[in-house]
Amino acid sequence: MSTPDVRKPTAAAARTPRAATGRRAGTPRCGVKPSRILLVALLTVAALYFLLPVYWLLVASTKSGADLFGSFGLWFSDPQWLHNLSQVFSYNDGVFWSWTWNSLLYAGVGGALATLLACAAGYALAVYRFRGRETVFRVVLAGVLLPSTALALPLYLLFSKVGLANTYWAVLIPSVVSPFGVYLCRIYAEAAVPVEMLEAARVDGAGEWRIFGTLVLRTMTPALVTVFLFQFVGIWNNYFLPLVMLSDDRKYPITLGLTTWQSAADRNPELYQLTIGGAFLSILPLAAAMLVLQRYWRSGLTQGSVKG
Amino acid sequence: MSTAISRTKNRTESRTMKPTPGGRRSARPDRAAWTFLLPFVALFLFTFVLPLGYAVYQSMLKPVRSGALGLGPATVGFAGLDNYSLALQQSAFLESFARVLLFGVVQIPVMLMLATALALALDTLSHRWAGILRAAYFLPYGVPGVIASILWGFLYVPGVSPVVDLLGRVGLAPDFLGYDSVLWSIANIVIWEFAGYNMLVIVAQLKAIPQELYEAARIDGAGAWQTAIRIKLPLARPALVLTGVFSIIGTLQLFAEPLVIKPLTSTVTSSYTPNLSAYNEAFANNNIYLAAAESVILALVASVLSFGFLSLVNRGKGRDAR
Repeated sequence: MSTPDVRKPTAAAARTPRAATGRRAGTPRCGVKPSRILLVALLTVAALYFLLPVYWLLVASTKSGADLFGSFGLWFSDPQWLHNLSQVFSYNDGVFWSWTWNSLLYAGVGGALATLLACAAGYALAVYRFRGRETVFRVVLAGVLLPSTALALPLYLLFSKVGLANTYWAVLIPSVVSPFGVYLCRIYAEAAVPVEMLEAARVDGAGEWRIFGTLVLRTMTPALVTVFLFQFVGIWNNYFLPLVMLSDDRKYPITLGLTTWQSAADRNPELYQLTIGGAFLSILPLAAAMLVLQRYWRSGLTQGSVKG
Repeated sequence: MSTAISRTKNRTESRTMKPTPGGRRSARPDRAAWTFLLPFVALFLFTFVLPLGYAVYQSMLKPVRSGALGLGPATVGFAGLDNYSLALQQSAFLESFARVLLFGVVQIPVMLMLATALALALDTLSHRWAGILRAAYFLPYGVPGVIASILWGFLYVPGVSPVVDLLGRVGLAPDFLGYDSVLWSIANIVIWEFAGYNMLVIVAQLKAIPQELYEAARIDGAGAWQTAIRIKLPLARPALVLTGVFSIIGTLQLFAEPLVIKPLTSTVTSSYTPNLSAYNEAFANNNIYLAAAESVILALVASVLSFGFLSLVNRGKGRDAR
């Protein structure tokens, strides 16, 4: 987990010459080289592998319950998409709306708070020298290496003791703690926040909080986008924590809600269709965010892995 | 990791705050630093340290029956390490560890090799195509683990699955949910979810390689293949270590995938993985003390494995550098 240097993201600068070099190295001298064909074949097969299940989901979400089992899975048969999706939203007094709203709440608020806390902590670890700094940092690193689901059960034991189990807080509070975010922010702050800037601001009479709020947050934006995305996806996809914490299905996030439909589908076959429709709807927001924000995400990841 | 830490330390110490003339507050860097740290540290203690401590405490308790024939009201008594020895005597719990270790030994290398191959291949493509394909490979990372498991579950079950359907037409009759194959069917779900993410970490590392290295290699007459093996692969090492550590941690946490696949086949038991075992102990068998002990064991094993892996690769690295 260590390499010589931290570099500020230079993806934009590096991209153009790289693309050109890559093409030159891969361009055949005459005709198409067999290795090139092999490469394209490999990449295409991989794309099929990664996209096929999502394509199946898209097709399946348009089918009637009978066609789901009776027709070929990879092609449309009598599509009734709008009907299916309205069923998803109206079933059980629109519980799917609550789940969607809850997922957004947990992941959005949790992710934003986690980013802010991680930024403040990472920044403090990067620019101040104080007693206990290395201890704090080591403990944070240990937190990165500890599997979060090994903690979910102990958290449940503790939270039910203090009366927080089966509340929104039970999912929100653990979600706002991101040791990996602190780690990433510290590395980024060391590389990106110039001490001269801080000193100049202090000479001008700015307080530490004002410096943080106006200068530091702005300088660290790329790292913050990365930490937020990590945390948002992490919370959105989290299953174990809400599963142990929540017993009221109106507080469930989508992931947990859909599994309750899936496991009840044996008795109520209508739920197969609803599970598939709901699954399709639930991956739309993340898939969209992922495609749009890929660019930021990548430059942020460089930070983590280069220093990693 | 240790080298990273010491390096970070040196760099920051050289940029320590000096007391500036008019800055009242900067005379107390300690106080400012701790106010920034406090919210995180407080919540970290509350959600990491305290639960673990409480779990350790719970794991040393046991219900005690009182009265004649043990029919009196149950009270809680001190159990010492009884729960731990009980957990370690349960063959199902030990098997669950063996299972995830076997799983990890196969799944992690396969996934990382796939991710590396894809990253290196994308690196030789033109920019536009690489962008489209990268997005396609990365897409499954946005699909939650349970949703991915529900999805693949449908693709494994004969009758619904077009995959089984198509393979059946060419004379193959795969049983994705059979006793010997279901573990690898779960491995497939995990690879599908995370290969693209790991690929992206490796791609990010490859982008950070200085262009001069490629120039030099080209002048020395290295082809695309040689450049990939001799230059890109060794320099992608930190990314591989990072993804390796996260994969090890992830493997031990295996929970949602087997839980979702469980209703589809009788071969996935309620203690199929350590996490599942602890969950089952707490919520089905209502023995939270034993469950706490199992959670603590899982946390210990996970830390030992990930720290061990890190120190192993870092020692190797120290030798290489000399």
